[in-house]
Amino acid sequence: MHPAFSVIFLTTLIGAGQGLFLALFGAESLGLLGVLPAPGSEFLALGSLIALIFLVLGLVASFFHLGRPERAWRTATKWRTSWLSREVIVLPAFMGVVFLYGVAHWFGFNPPLGTLAGGYPVLPTVLLGALGALLAIVLYITTAMIYACIKFLQEWHSPLTVVNYTVLGAASGFTLAAAYAAWAGAAGLVNFLVTVAIVLTVLGLATRAASLVRNSRIKAKSTLQTAIGVKHPKIQQKSQGFMGGSFNTREFFHHVSAAFLRGMKWVFLLAAFVIPAILLLVVLATRVDPTGVLIAAFVTQYLGLIAERWFFFAQANHPQNIYYQSVA
Amino acid sequence: MTQLALVIDLNVCVGCHACVTSCKEWNTSGDAGPLVDQNPYDADPTGTFFNRVQSFEVGEYPNTETVHFPKSCLHCEEPPCVPVCPTGASYKRESDGIVLVDYDKCIGCKYCSWACPYGVREVDAERKVMTKCTLCVDRIYNEELPEWDRKPACVRACPTNARLYGDIHDPESVVSKAIREAGGYQLMPEWGTKPANHYLPRRKTQVTIREDEVERADNPLKIDSQLPKPGQEEPSLDDVTSW
Repeated sequence: MHPAFSVIFLTTLIGAGQGLFLALFGAESLGLLGVLPAPGSEFLALGSLIALIFLVLGLVASFFHLGRPERAWRTATKWRTSWLSREVIVLPAFMGVVFLYGVAHWFGFNPPLGTLAGGYPVLPTVLLGALGALLAIVLYITTAMIYACIKFLQEWHSPLTVVNYTVLGAASGFTLAAAYAAWAGAAGLVNFLVTVAIVLTVLGLATRAASLVRNSRIKAKSTLQTAIGVKHPKIQQKSQGFMGGSFNTREFFHHVSAAFLRGMKWVFLLAAFVIPAILLLVVLATRVDPTGVLIAAFVTQYLGLIAERWFFFAQANHPQNIYYQSVA
Repeated sequence: MTQLALVIDLNVCVGCHACVTSCKEWNTSGDAGPLVDQNPYDADPTGTFFNRVQSFEVGEYPNTETVHFPKSCLHCEEPPCVPVCPTGASYKRESDGIVLVDYDKCIGCKYCSWACPYGVREVDAERKVMTKCTLCVDRIYNEELPEWDRKPACVRACPTNARLYGDIHDPESVVSKAIREAGGYQLMPEWGTKPANHYLPRRKTQVTIREDEVERADNPLKIDSQLPKPGQEEPSLDDVTSW
């Protein structure tokens, strides 16, 4: 497939935004339980704003993918059958909850609505946060299912696609949260966030590597024989019917060399996983000022995920390409 | 239930592209808007087409055959492009099984083209919506055309009659008979899309002629003489008697 930067930016930006929100809500919950030092309301409010900025940038990027963006509102109508439609509903809903969560924290609107057994208060921000966390997870699933549900793209048609979108997005979000916590001076949270970011980054390396191994062994279901219905073992396309390009030759081919594709695989494995993991470990193990290192870790990981998403699209081999092999 | 479709006979298609140009001409002139070209008379010409004819070489030299292969939307009975559409612009008509795009609802997200294994949907680069074969829905029901002309433009154009058109759910239709009797098949059956359009395979054309069929045994041409005239009461036979 041709990797479209609109979709690459959409999926990586909202993935990081969702992960950041999960990190914020996780820190707030553990703070209420007394496991971590409770993060301040302003910290959570500003963090929600950063998450919202990532989500808005992702949404803006997605509009560049549409031929007719003015009709985008129509995409919410077919949620019964289309994962794309479901994503279009969940993304603004999640953005709304993140906004309300941030506003509630900013204005300190948090009257206890009741008390749970054990003396834990039921707080509006916790309810909003739990709803937001649920929507964040659902959004990972809907985004990934857009790709995983297309059975013709065998590289995508796997549960690993959903796992990778979730884990990689969450990993970049927690790295971002760690960098933000270090920058905002919430020193008590940094080690926790860095630890989760390392776990998610290593887990992401494992699941992404698993999908690389799976994809290297795929046997294409469609062949030239089934494509034109001629059983002979030797068939060659002599003409695709036109000499200039068409939508079919632009949209479904990556137009780069095999060596470039292989190179991009190593780039993303290093940039999205290995280098950020090392930088995160440096923060845990040494006494350097974490802010700069963590910002570098996030930027590297984010750029690595852009490469990862590029590779994700480029690697998928659409069966329609069988029909477009020879210009003549 | 009706399922209109094309049956394409690969045995007689000569790859002349008449169906391609006829399709383009009709569908670029209709109410639904033009099929726009870019750089049509320049380097790298490109544009929107609903129908393409491709050519394949089967076998190894010198034992090769050329197969010309027209390709357009197959109007699948289980169209995978329809459920993925987020706006409902892509739909399959209940009444006749034609898969269509509502150009006023399409947002041009291209998702349906990803979900089609045959690569028969093309985004129009200028109108910014997904376009595809309509089975000339504006011809086949067009009462301004004489009845014999109410067929898809590609079918009307084909000089070798390689394109048959009709209802594949009617067992007596010309297409059903062709599928049944000439071994009609579907493309990429492994995906379960159940394409409505079928293809007829290449056939070996062989005629066995025995010697007695060339030279009539009962009246060899070399005996060039008047045949005997039978009596009025006797039975007469063609070629045996003179009347």
